[in-house]
Amino acid sequence: MEATGFSLLTLVLFLPMVGFTILLFLREEQAKEIRWTALGVSIITFVASLLLWVGFDQNEPGLQFVQKWDWLPSYGISYFVGIDGLSLLLVILTTFIMPLAILSSFRAHVLEERGRQKLYYMFMMLLEWAMIGVFVAQDLVIFYVFWEVTLVPMYFLIGIWGAEKRVYAAVKFFLYTMAGSILMLLAILYVGLQAGTFSLPEIIAGVQNGTLVFPGDGLFSTQSFLFLGFLIAFAIKVPLWPFHSWLPDAHVQAPTAGSVILAGVMLKLGTYGIVRFCLPMFPDASVQWAPIVGTLAVIGIIYGAWVSYAQTDFKKLVAYSSVSHLGFVVLGIFALNAQGIAGATLQMVNHGISTGGLFLLVGMLYERRHTKDMNAFGGIWKALPLFGGISLLVTLSSMGLPGLNGFIGEFSILMGTFGSDVLGFFFALVATIGVILSAVYLLYMFQKVYMGELDKEENKHLEPLHWQEIAVLVPIVIAILVIGLQPAPFFASMDATVGALVAQVREHIPTVVQVP
Amino acid sequence: MFHIPTLEELNLIGALPAIALAAWAVILLILDLFVPKDRKQTTAWLAIGGIAFAFVANLLVFNNNSDAFSGLYRADAFTGMLNIAILGSSALGILLSMDYLKRTGMERGEYYVLILLATVGMMFMAGANDLIVVFVALELLSIPLYVLSAFRTNDLKSEESGLKYFILGAFASAFYVYGAALIYGATGTTQLVEIFSSISVAVSGGGQSVVLLLLGSGLLLVGLGFKVAVVPFHTWTPDVYEGAPTPLVAFMSVGSKAAGFAALLRIMIVGLPTLMVEATDLVAAWQTTVWLIAAATLILGNFVALSQTNIKRLLAYSSIAHAGYIMMAVAAAGTPGVGDMAARGALIYILAYTFTNIGAFAVALAIEKNDGTGTDLKDFIGLSRSRPILALMMAVFMLSLTGIPLTGGFIGKWVVFQATLDAGLVPLAVIGVLTSVVSAFYYIRVVVNMYLADGEGDPAAGATPTVNWATYIAFAGTVLIGILPMLVTALSDRVVLSALIP
Repeated sequence: MEATGFSLLTLVLFLPMVGFTILLFLREEQAKEIRWTALGVSIITFVASLLLWVGFDQNEPGLQFVQKWDWLPSYGISYFVGIDGLSLLLVILTTFIMPLAILSSFRAHVLEERGRQKLYYMFMMLLEWAMIGVFVAQDLVIFYVFWEVTLVPMYFLIGIWGAEKRVYAAVKFFLYTMAGSILMLLAILYVGLQAGTFSLPEIIAGVQNGTLVFPGDGLFSTQSFLFLGFLIAFAIKVPLWPFHSWLPDAHVQAPTAGSVILAGVMLKLGTYGIVRFCLPMFPDASVQWAPIVGTLAVIGIIYGAWVSYAQTDFKKLVAYSSVSHLGFVVLGIFALNAQGIAGATLQMVNHGISTGGLFLLVGMLYERRHTKDMNAFGGIWKALPLFGGISLLVTLSSMGLPGLNGFIGEFSILMGTFGSDVLGFFFALVATIGVILSAVYLLYMFQKVYMGELDKEENKHLEPLHWQEIAVLVPIVIAILVIGLQPAPFFASMDATVGALVAQVREHIPTVVQVP
Repeated sequence: MFHIPTLEELNLIGALPAIALAAWAVILLILDLFVPKDRKQTTAWLAIGGIAFAFVANLLVFNNNSDAFSGLYRADAFTGMLNIAILGSSALGILLSMDYLKRTGMERGEYYVLILLATVGMMFMAGANDLIVVFVALELLSIPLYVLSAFRTNDLKSEESGLKYFILGAFASAFYVYGAALIYGATGTTQLVEIFSSISVAVSGGGQSVVLLLLGSGLLLVGLGFKVAVVPFHTWTPDVYEGAPTPLVAFMSVGSKAAGFAALLRIMIVGLPTLMVEATDLVAAWQTTVWLIAAATLILGNFVALSQTNIKRLLAYSSIAHAGYIMMAVAAAGTPGVGDMAARGALIYILAYTFTNIGAFAVALAIEKNDGTGTDLKDFIGLSRSRPILALMMAVFMLSLTGIPLTGGFIGKWVVFQATLDAGLVPLAVIGVLTSVVSAFYYIRVVVNMYLADGEGDPAAGATPTVNWATYIAFAGTVLIGILPMLVTALSDRVVLSALIP
């Protein structure tokens, strides 16, 4: 991992900022140019990120495409980016979701109404840059910088272009997440001062070879406090029950593209953070806290599903379903074995695609009917057959039907949990109930909105799908089918990294018989 | 009888920036007599010219590392960096003043001369290496500011502002002098380096002189604590900030804070780092006191700011809160070995805060009406529509004051927190980050009003070209420090206060 020359990764990371700069010099009146610039740049970023995958060496567990430049040399902080098997898929997920979110905004009613399109797409570009940054940063401080920066554009996206209670939701989102991450700042500082560097690989190496020791005996040791400093920040972002209360507000009030990005990518910043930082830096605390975090995760799975079932607001239902789905991801991570973590990583991608897709569908219905109340719909499949068909596929994917993407991740997580040394049978059992519940609320939603008689007059003459909307949905359908039918290459890309990570953490599980 | 210092001992080159500006201020006072009444902006530009000269001179002597005035004044990177902040704030303050004074009908040439004199006072304070020089500089910076605070004549609030500042300031000066006298009594000298040498003797000897030193350092802390507005010596701040002319507040909220902290840091790090009750103590005796002051300042400043409805008062309480963050660095300096890092942290913080805070005041001034009203938070409603660029910059200033990355405020907080943790003051660092969250509540309210609330935006009639340029410069500084912090650390890395100690 020599850092010489200019890495393709830096190019991928900074392409959105190129778009940002171009937009800066366009005038508000050039609405068409603004939109197509944003879309064009995000598609180029996607293509460039695919090149990362092409050039990615699957057998290398460590970092690739490394780039290291001084940022604050006297404080040991550098612009240090690189990707491994964990980041690769999430970077591609980000660059995949962003063009869809941008394209779906082209026809958004709210943009016509509130205007300020230039600002909107500039925030989109800024957001994409910051989110990719979070996934590729290998220096704790740079990571924190990107992490905090994601807040700002999302705050404005919700606050300016959101629904009626947007100001409340935006402020709540901002303060809640900021409160969580500020403790992480302290933990980062402490770790950095102890280690004498903020470079993540060096810190992890130090933890591994014993030169860097965070005392980790018991639930209230130094290591536990540091672990919690990071975990709480991540748990709020995920959101892990009981830190989820910002999510329904933010999701429901956000404009469609905002919800898609929020569900599609931003929630994964949290789960990714847990895998990337909590596990390797604080393995003892991870092992000790695994049952507790696992319990919160299963509570979240059941709670999210239960509350989803109680909703009449379409968007709120999808929002709460995220609480449930992300519970699975956290559970898989804290199974602390290869199956669990690989499944969780794939499930992050799957959830991004499926739930992102669901939010797109809700948004399209909302554009036509200006309501999100499920009782106002019924028989939509008859009015819009193509739309109904795609909706069924996305719903089934979110439910985890075999053959579609959702199944692979969930199944792998459940297997991992079942065979876990720290969680075990009971957690897997409760999580399985969650799978059943998710089928209940999603089918209930589908039945209420799409099935039944087309009895309401307003629903009879819905505008058919515009080609732009089809263009948004087709990639989602393709991704659902490809991952569902051919999951092997996705697992293969992260096997080496996950294997190395799990080996590091499992040394710290006391009950495991160490295989020499 | 008296030793007449040679030119070499005076080493006027080291103090050139301050001396040149002092001379220019006096010349300008005379020149101003020949400037016609309706063209006082000429005086302002002449003043800025003087500042520019001092700025260049300051960069030239940045690496000088020498003593001037036989050791009373120290020209080093610490002085140089503070001078950048002080001269910057004074130039931006004058830029903001030009049209403001005209439209509010208080344009007079003396205003600019007084600002220059206060600036000179601040610069001498930054370089002062002697308790008496600190005092002289303190008075030189304070007296013009008392006058300037009351510059909005016929306005009761401004008169209250000036009088309050004067009476409380005079009290604080007295505390300072008494403290200096006690330290002189204990050590027989007022030069910081010599104080340091004699303290180790006093501490190991025990007895009365340690009591004198403790009392003396406590009184110094009171006097300087007043200048930098830390709890419990902060009560003047909101009233003075609200009543005084806005561009002046922009200048003094950063300039006099920078100067006050300069003196505080140098006295504590150079003179009193080993002031301990028992020779076996691990940290300086004043650390606990400073620690408590910092914590109280952070908590009170941030929480009271929550309930403010006027931007000037809000920024006043926010400036108290920020004094608390810099005070964290002072507290950190009490742990042996952390002094330099703490000083660097404080300097970076001050520089970032200078740009950000002046920028925030500049936008407040742009929407202020000629009669001094129009600075309520609700006056920001809709600003993003009526003045998008101004609103964007204000949003960045608010984010920077909150400490969001990619702005100078984040870098400042980062280096200060790092110094605090390095000194082992974990609880103080925790208070620091938690109060940062509290601060987000009130800063974000300004952003909410500008961007999210519906309403007709203020036309911001006060945003004249000079005001705009000042805002752009402040914005550039804020963002530049945030994105390319190595520019600032390249300067701060040269700051080595502990090298003064023999």
